[in-house]
Amino acid sequence: MRENDRRRFIKQSVLGTLGTILSTEVVFAIPEGYKPLFFDNDRDALKGKSAEMVVLNDRPWNVEAPAHLLDDAVTPAEKMFIRNNGIVPETIDVNGWTLTINGESAKNKKVYTLEDLKKKFKHYTYQLTLECGGNGRAGYFPSTAGNQWTNGGISCAEWTGVRLRDILEDAGIKDDAVYIGYYGKDIHPSREPGKVVISRGVPLKKALEDESLIAWAMNGKDIPVVHGYPLRLVIGGWPASVSGKWLHTISIRNKVHDGPKMTGKSYKVPINPVEPGVDPPEDQFRIIESMPVKSLITYPQTGAMLDFGKTLALRGHAWAGDLEVKQLEISIDFGATWQKAKLQAPKNRLAWQHWTVEVQFPKKGYYEVWAKATDSKGVSQPMVMPQWNPEGYINNSCHRIAIKVV
Amino acid sequence: MLSAFLLLGSVAWTSQSGNKPTTITRQAWADSVKKDPETGLAVDTNLPLIKAHCTACHSSKLITQNHFTRTGWVDKIRWMQKYHKLWDLGPSEVAVLDYLEKYYGPSKQTFDGRRKPLEKPSWYKL
Repeated sequence: MRENDRRRFIKQSVLGTLGTILSTEVVFAIPEGYKPLFFDNDRDALKGKSAEMVVLNDRPWNVEAPAHLLDDAVTPAEKMFIRNNGIVPETIDVNGWTLTINGESAKNKKVYTLEDLKKKFKHYTYQLTLECGGNGRAGYFPSTAGNQWTNGGISCAEWTGVRLRDILEDAGIKDDAVYIGYYGKDIHPSREPGKVVISRGVPLKKALEDESLIAWAMNGKDIPVVHGYPLRLVIGGWPASVSGKWLHTISIRNKVHDGPKMTGKSYKVPINPVEPGVDPPEDQFRIIESMPVKSLITYPQTGAMLDFGKTLALRGHAWAGDLEVKQLEISIDFGATWQKAKLQAPKNRLAWQHWTVEVQFPKKGYYEVWAKATDSKGVSQPMVMPQWNPEGYINNSCHRIAIKVV
Repeated sequence: MLSAFLLLGSVAWTSQSGNKPTTITRQAWADSVKKDPETGLAVDTNLPLIKAHCTACHSSKLITQNHFTRTGWVDKIRWMQKYHKLWDLGPSEVAVLDYLEKYYGPSKQTFDGRRKPLEKPSWYKL
């Protein structure tokens, strides 16, 4: 089924490539309201993506990477997950693109072109971990509604842009400011013009951190269209939904931002722990902030058969939201014993950390290798399903792979 | 003879039932299903067949504590035919299996443990 889907998308993406080659001026020669297939950025979403990516949803696009595909130190575009809430903007006028800073707590409303941003402000580059708030949802029982992410809604790419702080300060931040909210140019699934798809944000304190960027480049190139070209808010360590794509406006707010998907139960978990299956009323939920400590085994791919007596060199990444990972351990006996891995320091704050470990298996047979990270506050990943929550967010249970020693 | 049979039967179903793994899960049918007071088995038009072919020789608990797929139940019948002189059920076999599958099949309830077993990977030589 997935194979068939992929073939269909490849066919479609040939048309999509044509659209990219033709200049944008052609768009204006086409009658209004007519949507030619070959300018459909949304249909083009899988262009350049690895054939091993797994499509969870195609309307809107939700695509994840199997764990072994995330082996690179810095996630390349072809292996980066997609979590779209709406439709990719159909036309992107990069020359006319502007970023507006407004809101009740902005001293001045400011409008910047991309050129303004690039010329007037200092550039910064950071590796930033972006993880979907629903990553791991497939592991919750009872199952919760939504895209059933397994482990692959995570990336750590290198983002380049200006500091959000520099732009906010240039516009001026009033004393009563507490939050920022972004607006992007994605199209609502209903196609209702002007209807906002998703508009989330972070408290001012998080917005003013060094690593909070307004980025135009990913891994040294223009941001791919499906990941937010030409401008994206990039805020590492928090649910990736705060990193708004196709960014055109940031509002400085005097209250918690109230855009779509900031309200209701979106990206929220119960304030107090609930019994699995219990869904409390909206006023008993809190907004997810820092993502929890987590790790992946990216080599080998699950299912490896190894000759008895051979040493297996495993590797992967670990991350901990706003914090750093201080220890990574692996177990081949379901947690009875743990072996420490070599863990590297992050390239910069909010970047994931790489780990390696060599393992020997005592006998032939079936094994599971489990990885467990511990953050700088001493909090570890649970081996079992973590605290169940009605929307199925922040499942950071240990990743594991199957190994057979033969 | 009967007690030896029971003992063998119990051992076999837990540890020697061939190479095929079986799954034991919670009861698949609602509490509203009436239980036969004598055997504790689900009341059904096919129950007399179960009494004739199964509980005539072994405890009904050998049925009630298990939840096998239809294929799993076939395996148990074949095993009893091979080792315990169970007769050919003839045309009754289909009805017996219908009954076992209906009331003692795998649970359709969602898994409520803390982590599911890993899904079988595609094994490859490293």
